[in-house]
Parts: sequence; structure tokens; C-alpha cells
Amino acid sequence: MPMYHTDDQAMLKDSASPFIAEAGPVAHLRSLRDSNDPTGFSRDLWKQFAEMGFTGILVPEDKGGLGLGHVEAGIVLEEIGRNLTPSPFLTTAVAAASALKAAGGAVADEWLPRIAAGDAVIALAIDESQRHRPERVALKAERSGNGFRLSGTKTFVLNGHVADMLLVAARTAGAAGEESGITLFAVPRDAAGLSADPRRLVDSSIASKLTLDGVEVTADAVVGEVDAGWSALKPLLAAARTGASAELLGVGQGAMDMTMTYLKQRKQFGRLIGEFQSLQHRAAHLYSEMEIARSCVMKAQQLLDEGNDGAELMVSVAKAKVGQTTNLAVREGVQMHGGIGMTDEYDIGLYMKRDRALAEFMGDVNYHTDRVARMNGY
Amino acid sequence: MSDNLESFRRETRAWLEANCPAEMREPLKSEDDTYWGGRKAEFKSPAQKAWFEACVAKGYTVPDWPKEYGGAGLSAAETKVLREEMARINARSPLSSFGIWMLGPALLHFGTEEQKRHYLNQIARGEIRWCQGYSEPGSGSDLVSLQTFGEDKGDHWVVNGQKIWTSYADKADWIFCLVRTDKSNKYQGITFMLFDMESAGVTTKPILLISGNSPFCETFFDNVKVPKDQYVGEINRGWDVAKYLLGHEREMISANGAGADMVSAGALYAKSLGLNAAGELDDPILRAEMAKFDVDVFAFRAMGERFMDMWKTGRAHPASSNMMKYAGTELNKRRFELVMSGSGSDGLEWESEESRQGASARAWLRTKANSIEGGTSEVMLNVVAKRILDLPGA
Ligand SMILES: Cc1cc2nc3c(=O)[nH]c(=O)nc-3n(C[C@H](O)[C@H](O)[C@H](O)COP(=O)(O)OP(=O)(O)OC[C@H]3O[C@@H](n4cnc5c(N)ncnc54)[C@H](O)[C@@H]3O)c2cc1C
Repeated sequence: MPMYHTDDQAMLKDSASPFIAEAGPVAHLRSLRDSNDPTGFSRDLWKQFAEMGFTGILVPEDKGGLGLGHVEAGIVLEEIGRNLTPSPFLTTAVAAASALKAAGGAVADEWLPRIAAGDAVIALAIDESQRHRPERVALKAERSGNGFRLSGTKTFVLNGHVADMLLVAARTAGAAGEESGITLFAVPRDAAGLSADPRRLVDSSIASKLTLDGVEVTADAVVGEVDAGWSALKPLLAAARTGASAELLGVGQGAMDMTMTYLKQRKQFGRLIGEFQSLQHRAAHLYSEMEIARSCVMKAQQLLDEGNDGAELMVSVAKAKVGQTTNLAVREGVQMHGGIGMTDEYDIGLYMKRDRALAEFMGDVNYHTDRVARMNGY
Repeated sequence: MSDNLESFRRETRAWLEANCPAEMREPLKSEDDTYWGGRKAEFKSPAQKAWFEACVAKGYTVPDWPKEYGGAGLSAAETKVLREEMARINARSPLSSFGIWMLGPALLHFGTEEQKRHYLNQIARGEIRWCQGYSEPGSGSDLVSLQTFGEDKGDHWVVNGQKIWTSYADKADWIFCLVRTDKSNKYQGITFMLFDMESAGVTTKPILLISGNSPFCETFFDNVKVPKDQYVGEINRGWDVAKYLLGHEREMISANGAGADMVSAGALYAKSLGLNAAGELDDPILRAEMAKFDVDVFAFRAMGERFMDMWKTGRAHPASSNMMKYAGTELNKRRFELVMSGSGSDGLEWESEESRQGASARAWLRTKANSIEGGTSEVMLNVVAKRILDLPGA
């Protein structure tokens, strides 16, 4: 597959880009934030995403979706990132959709069409500590009748307070640290014993700490196989990480574009600040890093779409590389704006906040750098 | 289309199997295992000769050049397949040459039909070894300030001046050389000349590098006669040719950076340094540095592939080879810093059998030139700032 967009992909970008800029610009984030909106995103916009076909990108055609791939999902995610649009797209239409598609069965038949239709928001309940360590899942699920009883806590559950369903990773066997013995459950929002404690995060998104206090679910709630939830969790993580990388790439590109514009406007010492070589070199270095980051995100997306064994390595390369690069873009962005970059009124600071949150999501730079070392045998 | 490509891949595989000797599938043992061609060239082994001759006959020293100029006329996609298949068996390059990397592309673009038939065939068959006469003592990054002067004598020029850092000038047969032919016009006063290094008045003096090798020279021109038909493009418009050629040079340097040796640094040292009980490299800080490097290497490899796919189909920004050169060479320098750290005190050996006469120390020092030759990193960043980012006053 050549490493540029096909005509169809370019068309998708041509429709997604102006649509998201119009319907979900930074001003949209500001209005949700400033009105202290308790949902954290707009359900109307979510419906519009469905009308545009975005929510069904990764949903198979026989489940009401478009049956496309991670490259296409990435195109939408990059625009979400560039506009800082608050949206459950990444968790629901990318991560959850990938897990359900891989697992199949009744639970997939129920939820995939709803994702495509924009009728469902799904949250991911995976992390149990402030560091992303998915194989260390310890939340307990014990057999109870012909179902299971779940007890424990989860953290960093984005949109967990308003989701229609939560994908909960739980331990049915084995010990924390082992990939086997994990089971993935689809827990409805109104399950007795489930409580969400939402907190607004630095980027104005809302994440919850969840408590599951003897939550009873039936055997139908199992996504994939009992004890072998890793085979649904693995595609979920790969999709979430690649998707987060694409969204983060958009954040970095947005910050960089803003900064380049500013370098061509602001004058000091009788010159445009973009004439100063120290800033030019830093800008050119950033450009180079952004292009490299863009390349490995595309490679990860393509390898995932091909079902290539090399995808796992490239997914971690992408999350680590984009993590470094977008962080550089927002830090340089604030610095090169001078004092105005520190104001709430100016947008560059919002990019810095979103970078921090997305960088943490599904494994930070260090986590994925370490994973690259492990995958290379050291 | 892709069916044809698959059958091309099968044919190529079979051809390589039959024609690439086992010895030519082993990594180069030292820099002088590279075959550069030219009048004075000698083959190091019968295998090297057989491999070279097979490639010349097939047009595979320059696979994507047209057949009438000594190439195989392969499409971009076929060239990629050939490159992949050669990499798969670690086939050595049959011929390394400034003619292939630099002069050839410029001639393909600017040369007359006669020049193409003459010079390109010579290059493809490895008959003439070329060197590049650009830099002068006072004109490095600011190349356009060059002073070497060619005085118009009707049917020839008389060239006087000095070049420096001329790689392999003492081994080359001919030089492509930037010569000022109009002192009143900075940019439009340079002619891109071609002449024989055996011409009367040409002398070379090797310069010893920190690696202990002398791959390049000071080159002096003392009343050198150059026939008036030995130039490329137009008289006084040599700067256009020079710039075009630099684009290819940068593409080549960055393609090397993105080449087959873009592999995990940590994996290389896992054996010699040892792993602890957790299966981790037994030096946590070095492990972290290598892991960060690996992230950058694998990411850059994706960039290399994307750059080539875009470049060959005209989608790349024309100045993007400058970005590639910057990123690729800085990465390669980092690799060799890690190689030295990973080798510890063994890596310091300069003269010993085990170290193959200090191969890694010398290679480490050689890489420091990567971000100087063909335009420095700082100059690359200047070009990116100006031409890609469109920053003011750059
Ligand atoms: C191994 C090797 C092989 C070479 N082979 C050849 C060859 O075959 N033929 C040939 O003609 N030349 C060759 N060169 C020369 C090479 O192209 C020059 O060394 C290079 O262009 C830099 O010029 P300089 O050495 O004069 O450094 P200078 O231009 O003097 O640079 C010194 C320092 O100043 C910085 N600098 C200069 N201008 C600027 C600016 N505008 N902004 C910011 N920083 C700046 C540079 O980046 C550098 O760090 C070779 C060099 C090496 C090291």
C-alpha cells in the first residue's frame, strides 16, 4: 500500500475537514467548558457524526457501518484533534467498535449497529491505577449463577458518567500481570452497584473513577471468551492507541500551524519574529519531527488494516513518537507566542492541555518506548 | 498491475538467485569492499567482478534509467521491488558512484541527447569515476560565492582556482565542477563544467580525516584547458544544475539513512551486554536511550518509505529532501554514539585484529561528517524554514 491517501481517502478528508472545523471548532470546546456542561461533549454533534457516516467507519457493512479501516478513522480523528473537538469518537467508534468487531457474537450484534447509528456512547474501563498497565487488571469477576459478579475500581474512564455501556476488563482467573485470565464485559450503565464519580480534567474532558460493588451481569455480557478477554482487549488497545496517535497528530499539527501563523505576524525589534534564525531552526526541526510522526501513524494504521504482524510494534512506535512530537509542538507553541500564549483567551494553551491528556491515554511515551524495547528482545 | 508486479518479483528473485554470488550477500567488511569503477578500478574478488558484470548486462547498476542510456528502464514500482528483493538477500550494491547518485540525474534532466548517450552509458558501465568539485576554501555553505574562474578563450576555457573537500579526487577520472564564468553576476555567472582529471594543470592533495582515512582532497587548477562543449545546461546557468543535483545528493544521503541498517540498536547489544533476570538490557539508562533511539529509527523508516512513495509520484514537496537529509543524518550520528557506548572499552581499539583495525571507532568518527557533507544540518533547517514553512527573511 503506498504511503499516501487514496482518492477515496482524500475525499473523506475533504468532507471531514470543513465539517468538523465548522461544527466542532475550538469555540465549541470553550462553550461546553464555560457553561460547565455536565456531559462533556455534545450529543447533537455525535448524531451529526453518525449522519456523516463517521461513527460507522470501523463498523462492518452488515452491522450498518461502512466497513472501512484505521486509515479512514484516522482521518476523522486528526480533524478532531486539530479542532480539539470534545467527542466520544475515539472511545466508542474506534476502540469499542474494534473490540466488538473482533469478539463478534450477540453483544456485537447488539452494539455495533447502535454505534454506527450514533445511538450509543461506550466507555472503556481498563486502567486501575494512575499508570496504564492493562495486563495488571485485578478487578474481580466471580461466577454467580449463570453470570458473573464484578467488584473493584477503575480509573480514567472517559465519558464513564454518561456512557450507555461500559467495556470493563476484569480478572476471572490468573494473577495480575498475566494476559490470560482476563475477561471483557459489556456492563450497562444502569447496572445495580455501578457508580461513577466524574471529574473534569485539565483539558475539560470528563473522566470518572468507577466503583463496581458486586455488579451482577449475565453470561451474555461477556465480550469474546471467558478468561481469554485479551483477544478482544488486544484489538481494542491497538485501535485506541493508534487512534489516540492520530488525534494527537491533529493536536500537534493544529498547534504548529497556529505558531507558524504567529511567526509571520508578530513584530519585535522592527522585524517579524519568524525572521529570527533561532526560531526558524526550531520551527524547521518541529516540522521534520511532525512529518516523521505522521509517517509512523500512517504506517501503523495501514499495518492494522492489513492484519500485518508488524502492526503491534508500529502502534507503539507511533504512540511514543507522536507523544514526543506533539508535546514538542505545544511547548514550542506556547514559548513562541510569548506572554499571549499563557492567556486563557488564546487557544494555544488549550492545545497544550489536550496534548497532556491524550498523551496519558492508553500508555504514555515511556510506556510505549519500553514496549518497543521489549518487542525487540531487550 | 499488481499481478505484473508479482511476476516481476518472481523473475527478479530467480535472477538474483542465479546471478548474485554468495560472497556478494555478505555485509561489507570495510570501506574498500565497495566497488567504485573507473579507469583505475580493480576487482577485489572474482565474485565482485561477476556480480558487477551481471548487473551491467541487465541494466541493474542504474535500474530506473532508460535502456538506451545503460539502465533497465524499470518503473518506480519495479525499482522498489528490485530494491526490496536485493535487501532481502543482503545483496551488495554492484557499483557505487557519484555518477549514478549525482551527475546522472542532472544529465537526465539538463543534458543534451548526445551527452546522455555518451556520459550516462559510461556511468552505467562503471567506466568513468566522477568526483564533485563544488566547495572551495572560502565557499562552503555559502557555495554561490565560489571564485574558481574560467576565462573564455573562444573554443575553450582556461580554469584557475582551488576546490576543497573533493571526495576521492585522487581516484576519480573526471570531475563535474562549478566554475565562475561571469564575475559580475553572482547566481547567473557560474557554469557547470565537465573535465578530465588527467588534464594538464590539475593536481590533488589528500587530506587526512579524524577517522584516519583520506577520502578527500584539495584540488588545484592551474591553467586547465576545458573545451567549450563540456558543460551541462546553459553557460552561466550552472547554479540551476548545481541545485538540482544537490537535491538528488540529499535524497541519496537520506535514502542511505533510511536504508537496510535502520534496525533496532538495542537488539544488537542484547547479546554482548547481557540481559538481566527480567530480560532487560543490563544497563537501565543505556537501555532507555536505545529504546528512544529505536522509536525514532522505526518512525524514520516509515518516513523514508513515505518520502520515496511521494517523491517518485511527484507528491513530495520539492524541498523535502532537505528535511530527510537533516533527520536521517542526525539519526545516524546518534546511532554511532550508541554503538560506541554499547561497545564500551572494546570500541576504543584503533589498531587490532579483533576490532578490524578500529572499524567501529573509525565509522563513528566518519558519521560526524554526515551532517556536514552535502549541506550542513543548519543549512538544511534554513531551507526547510524558507521553502517549506515559508518563514520571512529566511
Ligand atoms: C566527508 C565530506 C565529504 C565531502 N565531499 C565533498 C565533495 O565531494 N565535493 C565538494 O565540493 N564538497 C564536499 N564536501 C564539502 C561540504 O559540502 C562542505 O563541508 C559543507 O558544504 C560545509 O561547508 P564548510 O565546510 O565550508 O563549513 P561552513 O560553511 O564554514 O560552516 C561552518 C559552520 O557554520 C554553520 N553555518 C554556515 N552558514 C550558516 C547559516 N547561514 N546559518 C546557520 N549556520 C550556518 C554551518 O552549519 C557549520 O556548522 C565534503 C565534506 C565532508 C565533510
